[in-house]
Amino acid sequence: MSPFVTLLTRDLRLAARSGGGAALALSFFALVATLVPLGVGADLKLLARVAGGILWVGAVLSALLSLDRLFQGDYEDGSLEIIALSPLALEAAALAKIAAHWLSTGLPLTLLSPLLALMFNLDPASTLTLFLSLLIGTPAVSAVGAIGASLTLSLKRGGLILPLIVLPLLAPAVIFGAGAVAQVQDGLAGGGGLGALGLLAAFSFAAVLLSPFAAAYSVRLNLDG
Amino acid sequence: MQFLFRYANPANFMRLSGAVLPFTAIGAALALATGLYLSFSVPPDYQQGATVKILFLHVPAATMAMGVYVAIAICSFLSLVWRHPLSDTAARAAAPLGAMFTVVGLITGALWGKPMWGTYWVWDGRLTSFLLLLFIYLGYMALWNAIEDEVRAARAAAILALVGAVNIPIIKFSVEWWNTLHQGETITTGKLASVYVAPLLTMMLGYALLFVTLWMMRIRTAILERRARNLMQGAAS
Repeated sequence: MSPFVTLLTRDLRLAARSGGGAALALSFFALVATLVPLGVGADLKLLARVAGGILWVGAVLSALLSLDRLFQGDYEDGSLEIIALSPLALEAAALAKIAAHWLSTGLPLTLLSPLLALMFNLDPASTLTLFLSLLIGTPAVSAVGAIGASLTLSLKRGGLILPLIVLPLLAPAVIFGAGAVAQVQDGLAGGGGLGALGLLAAFSFAAVLLSPFAAAYSVRLNLDG
Repeated sequence: MQFLFRYANPANFMRLSGAVLPFTAIGAALALATGLYLSFSVPPDYQQGATVKILFLHVPAATMAMGVYVAIAICSFLSLVWRHPLSDTAARAAAPLGAMFTVVGLITGALWGKPMWGTYWVWDGRLTSFLLLLFIYLGYMALWNAIEDEVRAARAAAILALVGAVNIPIIKFSVEWWNTLHQGETITTGKLASVYVAPLLTMMLGYALLFVTLWMMRIRTAILERRARNLMQGAAS
């Protein structure tokens, strides 16, 4: 097995066995989606209207929950130094961790979203768009989040600063993701919300491409002392 | 670059800034006084009435809010590439000033929006991207304060500033795209009448000089604080 895959499977296993894996993030996501109708009322028309935005915001928040541990656990027990010393480039290691985080949160959240969309009375075409937008966009959440996680990895209470750093940077993902759904709902997009989805894909691609470098750089600075 | 390095030395910076500071301070006071006088003496706009005068406080603040972030990003870049402690100090010192300019821009914008748009806040592309800019400033300052080790804090903050610098144009683009999608409000943008040009430019000059003055004062204070801390540590050990 290549070191990349080894690190990826190790992180996935750690997420599944110690952190409760996807279950916690999924429960949180479902809870946010349950609280919203309690807050805004059970009007199905209104809920369908806000579903794209609410589910996108909920997914971003749920993915953020486990982000602060992305590097922190490995930093505290010293395995991050071993990873840094290994032949695997730290950038690739960061990418492996981003991938593991996405597979254990972003992907399950995406898979759950059609069910929640159903409860929000979203029509099938919009649900498909929401599903696609989450599939395309949640990697960006993990990637941008990894930068925040690497910057705050030495902090005891980094969990509070992380969202403050990461959420403004994720505004484009929320805008394009929820925007794609709104485009379909308004019947604006001829290509099934392709305009917003294309922009989302571009943002996500750039984030996944660039953030391993930023994250690796900042991990290195934390290890150098 | 040689020129930059000479003033990256704190002692040289202290000497130079000490000499320049009185002039920028007086310049800022003069420009702001003149600008305010001009602002009050120009005739009210035929459409906006006297509220047009908020413009003279608002536009320079918004310009400075973005300009200060650019200054922070440049300082962060210099700090990451050449490891000059002074550029870290400069970046850190600029952040609260930039945040304040953003707040002033938001508040004056809201006060202008109430009589003009009939509401303090609209989810307009510009307003929203400015609100996000404020949060980016806050996150940047929080990161600086959270990390105890000063060298680490400086590097982490510098990385964040550069990531933000890459992302801010994207945020701005996305928010404007989002706004046009949900376009409800149309903001009338006419060309600026020539009577308003002089007070606006004077106020801009005043804001810029005010920033330079406060920035230098904050950097000087930070340098002096570090010296005092070093002296105390030396005395204690």
